[in-house]
Amino acid sequence: MKIPTSSRRTQGRTVKRLVPAIAALALATTLAACGGGTGAASSSAGLAAWSTTADRPNIEPSIADWNKSHPEAKISDSYFGTNDFKDKIRTAINSPQAPTLVYNWGGGTLKSYVDAGLVKDLTPELADKKDFTDKIVPSIMDTGKIDGKTYAVPASSTAPVVLYMNKDVLAKAGIQTAPATWDELLADVQTLKKAGVAPIALGGGSKWPYLMWMEYLVDREGGPEVMKNILANKPNAWSDPAVIKSATMIQDLVKAGGYEEGFASVSADTNADLALMVTGRAGFLLQGTWAYSGIEQIDANFVKDGKLMVAPFPAVAGGKGDPKNIAGNPSVYWSISSKATDEQTKTAIDYITTNVWNDSYDSTMIGQGQIPPVQGVGPKLNSDFSKQVEQMITDAPNFQQSWDLALSPKASTEFWTQLDLLFSGSSTPQQFADNMNKTIGE
Amino acid sequence: MLPALAMFLAFAIIPLVIALGLSFTSWDGLTAPEFNGIANWVSRLTDPLTYHALWLTFQVIVLSWLIQTPMSVLIGVFIAGKQRYRAVLAALYFLPLIMSSAAIAIAFKALLDPNYGVGHAFGLSVLSRDWLGSQTYALYVVILVIAWQFIPFHSLLYQAAARQIPGSLYEASQIDGAGRMRQFFSITLPMLRNTIVTSSTLMIVGSLTYFDIVYVLTQGGPGYATRILPLDMYLTGFSASDLGNASVLAVILVIIGLAIALALTRLSGFNRMTSDQEGA
Repeated sequence: MKIPTSSRRTQGRTVKRLVPAIAALALATTLAACGGGTGAASSSAGLAAWSTTADRPNIEPSIADWNKSHPEAKISDSYFGTNDFKDKIRTAINSPQAPTLVYNWGGGTLKSYVDAGLVKDLTPELADKKDFTDKIVPSIMDTGKIDGKTYAVPASSTAPVVLYMNKDVLAKAGIQTAPATWDELLADVQTLKKAGVAPIALGGGSKWPYLMWMEYLVDREGGPEVMKNILANKPNAWSDPAVIKSATMIQDLVKAGGYEEGFASVSADTNADLALMVTGRAGFLLQGTWAYSGIEQIDANFVKDGKLMVAPFPAVAGGKGDPKNIAGNPSVYWSISSKATDEQTKTAIDYITTNVWNDSYDSTMIGQGQIPPVQGVGPKLNSDFSKQVEQMITDAPNFQQSWDLALSPKASTEFWTQLDLLFSGSSTPQQFADNMNKTIGE
Repeated sequence: MLPALAMFLAFAIIPLVIALGLSFTSWDGLTAPEFNGIANWVSRLTDPLTYHALWLTFQVIVLSWLIQTPMSVLIGVFIAGKQRYRAVLAALYFLPLIMSSAAIAIAFKALLDPNYGVGHAFGLSVLSRDWLGSQTYALYVVILVIAWQFIPFHSLLYQAAARQIPGSLYEASQIDGAGRMRQFFSITLPMLRNTIVTSSTLMIVGSLTYFDIVYVLTQGGPGYATRILPLDMYLTGFSASDLGNASVLAVILVIIGLAIALALTRLSGFNRMTSDQEGA
């Protein structure tokens, strides 16, 4: 093609000027990018299931087992890293490629799916499957419900947040028992400080460990209703006295030197907070039960030597919440896409009710040191830790889902930032509540 | 030309137009986008956080340039020498170039850990600080980590450019009695002029897109201390699922990127640039 020299020059120049900006444009590309992936199934009753690599060891064998006995209704399973999955499912769920079985964490995300009409109400399908539904711990089943209807069914282990303690460190400082109340914890903090160790390990660099302190304190102080009001979008629900008081208690604990020096740089994603407790540089750690498996990598003998002590979060004097309540991640759930055909829905329900939470599903999970959200599983568990946690779950009147999962994505993002400001002392409890109030209804 | 143009259209222009369109909608990524006029623009442009993010981005651009340029020129010119030991050192200098941003960020996060980091390992308590958790230091730490990652790339540019400088110029200056310093400032630096422009453009426009490294190191925290504009866009778009507002930020980034790129080409006379080899 022949282009007059003059125009070719200008053209070349324009392109040259634009080239350095391509990098910036690439950002815009990311925004408009769409998730691909094939959810196509071979037969009309066959379907696709998307889950996370973290839970693959539990799910994969059960699907393989299903496919062996149901060649006419095969499930094709795909697994993604947790964050990849979250991005991918969001773009895929409303597309023709939507998988039939959609993995989700319940709470805020599930609500946004339900509001957009993307997942099925499973209440009618599960009505005659009492054998299955009755197996599951009711408080964990509840997280899959919205307005009393079941939209999601648990499929992964349950992981509440508990107080871990290094028995050795506590004993050296003269502390023999776990703190039953907040005041006892504060007293222990002073004792441990005098003994020259960090009282509590906190992985503030990862942000999410902050929320465990907030959700537990608010629950102990004001009961589960406080969070229910927030989730129900009641105006100014964050200004509840329980929230303000909890935020104040947190800041007082920070000021009293309750957490280790530089906690805002300590990463919980790499278990640096766990390491502090296990190696005896801190006495306490508030973490999910998922941290348990990391203990062995840091000190193989820690549990064997009886150094580990576990307790529920302490009670708060005069608080309305039941000290038996727990918080954390009840489970990860299966929902069924509303784009699924009747045949696919039937396959999905049959798979869930026959192959999930059967004996082999439970034992695969227990074999990995996890706790199935199934009633009466206690005696089958293989460690004292699991047994103790299972007892806490059974005794708990309420299992509060982690707030970052329960809130809408927008409120959740703001929550992390506001907690960061609160723990660093850059905002007051009142400012925290005011800023969070702005997210209500969004 | 045509395939290149097609690629440019498909991956740059069309997404840009889509982002511009989305900036006038409210979209959570699940349901269909709803047109909401200039609401997003008003809310972003009246939000002090947007200006805070812009100010942080500006600091990152300026400080990155100030740190990276002199270091890259010096390393690049040094490496351009023919001695064998320099080749060995060069291999070490360029190591960060082959590492992904995420890997670098994770490594630095571990090194900067106040309890188990490098300060603890060598018993240097001065280094055991709350580096990434401090409102004051976090941004500067991030800028230094970015510099560590990108100096090798720019050094490579300068090395290549310095090797292109005709040896005859140095020989002639030597006869005239010029020392090493004089040679550097009177020959090397002026001859690197075009490379300085190229490298600066890449550095400055590139600063607008640093995201991964900051995201892994601090997630924009503590508080808003390192929430630069690209990260703000990501958090708004993909964490908060507010793609309308995120698109506004994306469009602002593109406008700034284009403005800087155009200004640089104007100021530096990039479009009138000629080869330094002529007449040598």
